[in-house]
Amino acid sequence: MSIKNQDFVTFENVQKTYDGKELVVKNLNLNIYRGEFLTMLGPSGSGKTTCLMMLAGFENSTNGEIKLNGNLINNIPPYKRNIGMVFQNYALFPHMSVAENLAFPLEVRKIEKADRDKKITRALEMVKMEQFKNRMPAQLSGGQQQRVALARSLVFEPDLVLMDEPLGALDKQLREQMQYEIKHLHEELEITVVYVTHDQSEALTMSDRVAVFNDGVIQQLASPNELYEKPTNSFVAQFIGENNKFDGKVISIDGEIVTVEVNGNEFKALAVNSGDIGEKTTISIRPERVRIDDSLENVADAEVVELIYLGDHIRCRLSVEKNSKFIVKIPNSINNYILKRGDKKKISWNAADCRALDYEL
Amino acid sequence: MLFRSVENQIVSRTLPGTIEELSKWDDDSVLPSEQVYYQLAKDLKIAVENKTHTRLGSRLNYEMSGIASTFRKTGRSVKKWDIDQQINYKEKFLNIDKKWGNIEFWRLLKLYSPKVTSGYFLNAVDLIKTTEGISQRDETERIYLFLFQRTIYMSVLITLLCLLMGYPVAYLISRLPMKSANLLLIFVLLPFWTSLLVRTSAWKVLLQQEGVINDILVFVGLVGDLDRLQLINNQFGTIVAMTHILLPFMILPLYSVMKTIPESYVKAAKSLGANEWTSFRRVYFPQSIPGVGAGCILVFILSIGYYITPEIVGGTSGTFISNRIAYHISYSLNWGLGAALASILLVAVLILYYVYDKIIGIDNVKLG
Repeated sequence: MSIKNQDFVTFENVQKTYDGKELVVKNLNLNIYRGEFLTMLGPSGSGKTTCLMMLAGFENSTNGEIKLNGNLINNIPPYKRNIGMVFQNYALFPHMSVAENLAFPLEVRKIEKADRDKKITRALEMVKMEQFKNRMPAQLSGGQQQRVALARSLVFEPDLVLMDEPLGALDKQLREQMQYEIKHLHEELEITVVYVTHDQSEALTMSDRVAVFNDGVIQQLASPNELYEKPTNSFVAQFIGENNKFDGKVISIDGEIVTVEVNGNEFKALAVNSGDIGEKTTISIRPERVRIDDSLENVADAEVVELIYLGDHIRCRLSVEKNSKFIVKIPNSINNYILKRGDKKKISWNAADCRALDYEL
Repeated sequence: MLFRSVENQIVSRTLPGTIEELSKWDDDSVLPSEQVYYQLAKDLKIAVENKTHTRLGSRLNYEMSGIASTFRKTGRSVKKWDIDQQINYKEKFLNIDKKWGNIEFWRLLKLYSPKVTSGYFLNAVDLIKTTEGISQRDETERIYLFLFQRTIYMSVLITLLCLLMGYPVAYLISRLPMKSANLLLIFVLLPFWTSLLVRTSAWKVLLQQEGVINDILVFVGLVGDLDRLQLINNQFGTIVAMTHILLPFMILPLYSVMKTIPESYVKAAKSLGANEWTSFRRVYFPQSIPGVGAGCILVFILSIGYYITPEIVGGTSGTFISNRIAYHISYSLNWGLGAALASILLVAVLILYYVYDKIIGIDNVKLG
């Protein structure tokens, strides 16, 4: 991993518009390191797939430069880029057997038959599909097709592998299993992977870094834990994991700490992305950082609205400061509080766990 | 109608007694016995009353020319006869027409006395059933085998031309966004709003020697005014007009199959390193085969039986077998031959269908 942190793919001021008016991708700057697993995460229409397609060569950027390994690739056709790609619907050629599908990229590269067979066998072993060599894609299950598609994208040893929501069509259990397998393959082969998904748990599970897209802009580019622990804006805070928020107004700033007024109550929060005194802000608190007592810095009154038993924890919905969607997760341990609906309690949290972000409408 | 191609009851029905007597006639080097002539007189008397003898005459005329008039002439005389008397009918018949003394004629009558005959079918493939057996027609009289060949050859050519022109169009339509695709599809279907006759006649306007295309060529100077091109009333005219008329039948099945091929296949092929041509040849085209198959079958089968267009723009060198069938059905009234030709055409299509099934597989045909 010594070659890590070396720029492998760079997007420089890349813009994309389909109709000449609206920018789907607005001024994108992104460096992808060699050997990294980078996920582009975002809701549909956020521009993440467009970015992937520009990298693969199926879309041209309207403006800006895309470089692969230091070379400008804007004008290189997709088939000369040597980039493997896994599609959402697998795109296995239905008229070719599994082995023929894998042979295809090797044949067009004019690789000798013997060499070809060796590579195909190796690739199929990687995804544990060697006994299905002579099946047709239609005779395979979704998960198996996915494995073959994965093997096909790796068999010609590409520099970079792109995956466009490859697990979208699988059921939950299979999806989780495949997530680990793809992650392990990535680690084993030390390839660079750019992965597109709208599933945040998938992104958090697999990635070295995640780029959160919204509205054609990267909202935050960070490692999974940083993204969860330290979102830099309201969108990321809302999009990644569960989040409680209050809308308020900044009334004082003291270094890193701002005091925010919410319906007459004052809460202290980390000044991450809040404005000057008098400006509106949204403060965000993770559910697991809230205690049901008054022992921490910020204290508020709460009324229990709903309790959902989830085995390992109890999900408790509270009404706090007119926000009736305030979620607290109470671990299911021996000496736990026993709450009832309608209970009125004090809740509290630390200023360090509470982030004052940009105001979101 | 198919039965007409082998049906031959007219002889045994019109001359039942004669045929029965004739079956005893073994030595065909001498004329049949007086008994046969007597029966012939009896049969003809009834036939004349029913006015069926002329029909028999024209039927036998297909096999030996001149017989029709013999029957008409004889009929007029037999009408006045009183058959009860035992007189020498052989002589009487010979007095009316020398043909009644022609052994060849009697052999023919015996040959065509069974209720079914292969005569029409043999005729339809340029063979003739004579008293000496089956032989080929004179070279100058051969027409049907040649016409079958031409029909198949031109149908194949038209099918290939349709495929060549329809494939890119269908591909384009299937790849365009919904709005423009629908507009183009309307253009493809637009010709169906006009009568087939109108479309064919339009080609006449365009292609004739004093027509639009020749005028333009002369105007541009590519062709001299005196040697204008012969573009119509020949094979060229038929091929051009039929390709145009049948093109939608190629485009529609192709389009409906192509629409179901996801773009990601070609993208996948390219991402795997195949250039445009290779990804088309190895990935896209194999998946469009069901549409190609459906389109080709449709166009080929439609064109092999096409009638109106070759009739109008085909002249003599561009007509199909169907024009000949129509001729026999509505002009020469030789329905038997018409039916035989049609049956052969039907069998030929079935055989081609079978061969197609063996090569491409009929399961591989999809209309959408």
